[in-house]
Amino acid sequence: MAAEITISAHGLVKRFQTQRGAITAVDHVDLEVRQGETFGLIGPDGAGKSTTTRVILGLLRRDEGESGILGFDSMRDSYAIREQVGYIAQQFALPADMTVMENMSFFANLHGIHRSTQKKRILELLDFAGLSEFTARPAGKLSGGMKKKLALACSLVHEPKVVMLDEPTLGVDPVSRRDFWNILSNLRVEKGTTIFVTTPYMDEAERCNRVGLMFQGRLVAYDTPTAIKNMVPGQLLEFIPQRFVPARELVTTLEGVLEVQTYGATLHLFLDDIALRQPQIEAALNAQNLAFSGMRVIEPRMEEAFISLIRRQEEAQHV
Amino acid sequence: MTSMTRSFQRFSALLYKEMVQILRDRRTLMLFFLLPVIELFLFAYAVSLNVYHLPTALVDQSMDVRSRDFVDALVKSNYFDITQTYQNEQQVIQAIDAGEVKAGVIIPPNFAEDVNSGQGNVLILLDGSDSFSVQSGYNGASAITQAYSINLTTQAVKKSGGGAVLLAGVNNTPITTATRVLYNPDLRDLVFLLPGLIALIIQNIIVAHSAMAVVREREVGTFEQILATPARPIEMILSKLIPGMLVVMVDMAFILTLGVFWFNVPINGSIVALVVWSLLFIVSGMALGLLISSVSKTQRQAQQITAVLNMFTLLLSGFIYSRSSMPVWTQIVGDIIPLTFYLKIIRGIITKGVGSAYLTSDILALVIYSVVALVFAAAVFKKRLD
Repeated sequence: MAAEITISAHGLVKRFQTQRGAITAVDHVDLEVRQGETFGLIGPDGAGKSTTTRVILGLLRRDEGESGILGFDSMRDSYAIREQVGYIAQQFALPADMTVMENMSFFANLHGIHRSTQKKRILELLDFAGLSEFTARPAGKLSGGMKKKLALACSLVHEPKVVMLDEPTLGVDPVSRRDFWNILSNLRVEKGTTIFVTTPYMDEAERCNRVGLMFQGRLVAYDTPTAIKNMVPGQLLEFIPQRFVPARELVTTLEGVLEVQTYGATLHLFLDDIALRQPQIEAALNAQNLAFSGMRVIEPRMEEAFISLIRRQEEAQHV
Repeated sequence: MTSMTRSFQRFSALLYKEMVQILRDRRTLMLFFLLPVIELFLFAYAVSLNVYHLPTALVDQSMDVRSRDFVDALVKSNYFDITQTYQNEQQVIQAIDAGEVKAGVIIPPNFAEDVNSGQGNVLILLDGSDSFSVQSGYNGASAITQAYSINLTTQAVKKSGGGAVLLAGVNNTPITTATRVLYNPDLRDLVFLLPGLIALIIQNIIVAHSAMAVVREREVGTFEQILATPARPIEMILSKLIPGMLVVMVDMAFILTLGVFWFNVPINGSIVALVVWSLLFIVSGMALGLLISSVSKTQRQAQQITAVLNMFTLLLSGFIYSRSSMPVWTQIVGDIIPLTFYLKIIRGIITKGVGSAYLTSDILALVIYSVVALVFAAAVFKKRLD
């Protein structure tokens, strides 16, 4: 096998039995994450991101397909994987009664780190995560952002080659989020750690080398952020109408408008040819006495690409 | 060898975590010690199997020295308080029907002569709707009549709509009893009640504690985080078992001390045996709790299962009602409760003062129980989340 593939899944299927019957949470997912890569699994809530992560880690049983990390099979080599991988669960919690320092040594001991090397490494990691001043504070009394940093530090205590982070920045303020991602970048640069992260935030997806877009259990796109943005046809025009509803109804019917997305009071239009269509749209709006402002051409972001791709999936299913 | 030392390192880390969590959680720790004391005092003072001072109606058709003497003895026994006096049996039954009295004493004419000739008869009527009153009244009355060598006729009167049911042949069944109470000659309720009570409290505490152990971590989220480390299920289970066991041991010593010094209940048997078999009982209770915890999806579910178990324990373990008078199937249900077996052990050691040799079947049952419950708990407690 190719040595550089660190995390892999082929035809991965996970079903849950519920009272209403079986639900396929992960539906034939294929993915390969290369060594040293930062891979982002994005998608709406309930898309199957966490389940995929857990099955690859061997925390949930898989129903079909293959999956593994560092050449170890998710099911057969569970403990080998648990020794080599750092993980932060989405609903994670560290023992709240234990101090920052106690938590660090707790996870170090669980990973069988020799006591002589523990101290140095823990101090390094606490410094790395910016928690050096809080060693004596109980984990339960840390702020949300600090808890995430402590969880990250704990998951790194055995110097894993791979870390898997399930929505690690959920519910964290923007400043802490940026801090957290800076730590991740340093980790990749300094140690060459492979990072697998799930996130609902598109700006975070743009920080990944490659992203997989999950929707209803399936991986609907899997590429670099740039390539994913290019998957959406057309160019993007933005404007703020004064009377929102009639303006949106009008532009939807116009020729050359591929897709209309709403961002607060702003409308985003995907057009087949901006140079041709922009004057036509302005004219149509003026003809209906629909005032608008701030009309400009913008670059599609992950967010527009994401919504567009998901819409296409939904339409394909309804046809 | 390295895998052994690693396992030990993981186990010590988990053990440390569990100890810290128990010891730093002041509220739970307080409950561990406060709750048993409250339960002990409430039960010990409120629940009394003997009913004293039964309000009693008296019909004395003899009115002689002997009868007055006898009534005096009844009152002095503390079982009966004469609150009403009537002319005939019918009035007494009406008073019992109305709930004014719980008992009636009817002394026939010529009582003194009859007693002197060894033919003394007394009729005691008891309110059959209150079984504890009947029991106590019967016990009290028979003890006194024996002393007087009087034939006693007791009759339970059951309320039935308007009128009382009069049993025929009242005077045909003179009861002569000769009972000698072993182990607890003063018939002090507490001597009988307290060992079982302590065991009951201990089981409640340990099951409630361990039933929360796994499911709480699942809900809080530490469980998945720890499961993703190389920690093995058996290490996790044992690390949960031991600290709880230690705390409950201390707890048990504490309430046992209260029992001995506050309630004056003597420990007649070997303290070493008591400690050893109590440890076994605690393990079995923890194992049961961990099993409940492992099968429960939420803390609420675990609490509900525990509540049902507590009810079964109270009714079926033999704590209040004797198991020997139960139908076989309720006895079998009772066998899923560790207290059922331990009750015989603790009563045997504390009250009877017997050695372990007399308790082997119950000890063996507890050993098997612990092993089976632990194996089940470990089997349910898997290395994956689903």
